[in-house]
Amino acid sequence: MNLDFAQLVPSIPYILYGIWVTLQFVAVSLVLGFIWGTVLSLFKIGKIKILRWFADAYTSVFRGTPLILQMLLIYYAVPQLTGVDIGAFSAGVLTFALNSAAYISEIIRAGINAVDKGQKEAAMALGVPYRTMMLKIILPQAFKNILPALMNEFITLTKESAIVSVIGALDIMRRAQIVGASNYRFFEPLLLAGLVYYLLVMMLTLAGRVMERRLAKSD
Amino acid sequence: MIDVQGLRKSFGSNEVLKGISTSIKKGEVIAVIGPSGSGKSTFLRCLNLLETHDEGSILVEGKDINDMELHLRKKIGMVFQHFNLFPHLTVLENVTFAPQQVLKISKSEAEREALDLLKTVGLSDKANSYPSNLSGGQKQRVAIARALAMKPEVMLFDEPTSALDPEMVKEVLQVMKNLVKLGMTMVIVTHEMGFAKEVADRVLFMDDGKLVEDQEPAIFFENPSTDRAKAFLEKVL
Ligand SMILES: Nc1ncnc2c1ncn2[C@@H]1O[C@H](COP(=O)(O)OP(=O)(O)OP(=O)(O)O)[C@@H](O)[C@H]1O
Ligand SMILES: [Mg+2]
Repeated sequence: MNLDFAQLVPSIPYILYGIWVTLQFVAVSLVLGFIWGTVLSLFKIGKIKILRWFADAYTSVFRGTPLILQMLLIYYAVPQLTGVDIGAFSAGVLTFALNSAAYISEIIRAGINAVDKGQKEAAMALGVPYRTMMLKIILPQAFKNILPALMNEFITLTKESAIVSVIGALDIMRRAQIVGASNYRFFEPLLLAGLVYYLLVMMLTLAGRVMERRLAKSD
Repeated sequence: MIDVQGLRKSFGSNEVLKGISTSIKKGEVIAVIGPSGSGKSTFLRCLNLLETHDEGSILVEGKDINDMELHLRKKIGMVFQHFNLFPHLTVLENVTFAPQQVLKISKSEAEREALDLLKTVGLSDKANSYPSNLSGGQKQRVAIARALAMKPEVMLFDEPTSALDPEMVKEVLQVMKNLVKLGMTMVIVTHEMGFAKEVADRVLFMDDGKLVEDQEPAIFFENPSTDRAKAFLEKVL
């Protein structure tokens, strides 16, 4: 065994700052992905054929191709097509939001379908308009059903976010690699990065449990 | 107030309503009875557009119901066999939801009215409970209060006591009897023959998608004119 963490110590703050970058990245992707995923799921269960078709095709493409390919396409294609350089961070966020929306829309669709039909009928019989019914009656119940699956998707997102290091965004992963390269010692910084990811995932898992318990108060 | 003419409805190739014609006057209490699968629920659901009919017409105060969706549902309240309370809302929120969202009544006003309604169904003390903490009979009484909160002119009941334990049937029927006394127009699908006999002005007997008898209860229960009604009554009485 030839581990030397002493050499790593000066670089630890540099790597840890990546937590902030990763968290920002995941949070923004997550919120955008969730909103877009909700819209897609409403397309999927809606009556308008063209929107249904679009949402299904969209999901199929994003689930059927590698994430890293999607990211490189977006990173290189957007500047090439529009002339606007959006930077690694934005390209990463865009990719992750678009990609996770595909998965999230499937989760939400299943969750909506699992809500008792009687809920929709009761709301309709009371004259509640479709939009209000969806937002206030169906989605809150669907959300409760899907929270575990959603949390899983968020955890996946946190871990997978490490691939933005490929296009040079300075997240935890990228920072660990940079420190490794400058010290000629990769094992220690990667180990630290691994520990940080693990703790992040554990925190998300815990937050999910707390939320589930809160939502369960009506049972 | 409601005029039904030649109502037909199919699910795929299964014709469930085969030409129903009847009318319901203001203040009338109508009991709809018949064997399982005869189309009672479908008939009721057509009356507030939960199902759309294929042929025939339903006029409410002279207007075709297909032209008055939202307006229609404000006029017609419905109570379901399985209550269908909103499980993520408290009892009070269940009752105030539609008045606030649909009638745009203020929260305080809606709550005041809801508490009055909960009092009339005997559930003042449950206002802040969630539906999962109520018995079946209590849930159904909340569901009735919820429908009444929209101040409907007609109430539809689809087997409101069929999912209840026997000891809870009475409390729900009592609430319904109070409504009858207040002069509410009601259409009630029920298997409670005693109740139908007691409160109904007319009994509609359905069998195989047809309206076989349309009769005063005294006559229908004592002396049904068709063999099918006779056979049905022998089975259930
Ligand atoms: N949404 C639907 N899709 C397909 N078939 C349906 C649907 N709803 C009802 N049916 C069929 O229509 C027929 C009549 O059903 P309906 O629920 O109106 O009968 P019912 O008289 O209310 O019976 P019950 O006493 O069992 O409630 C049944 O054969 C049923 O299977
Ligand atoms: Mg039925």
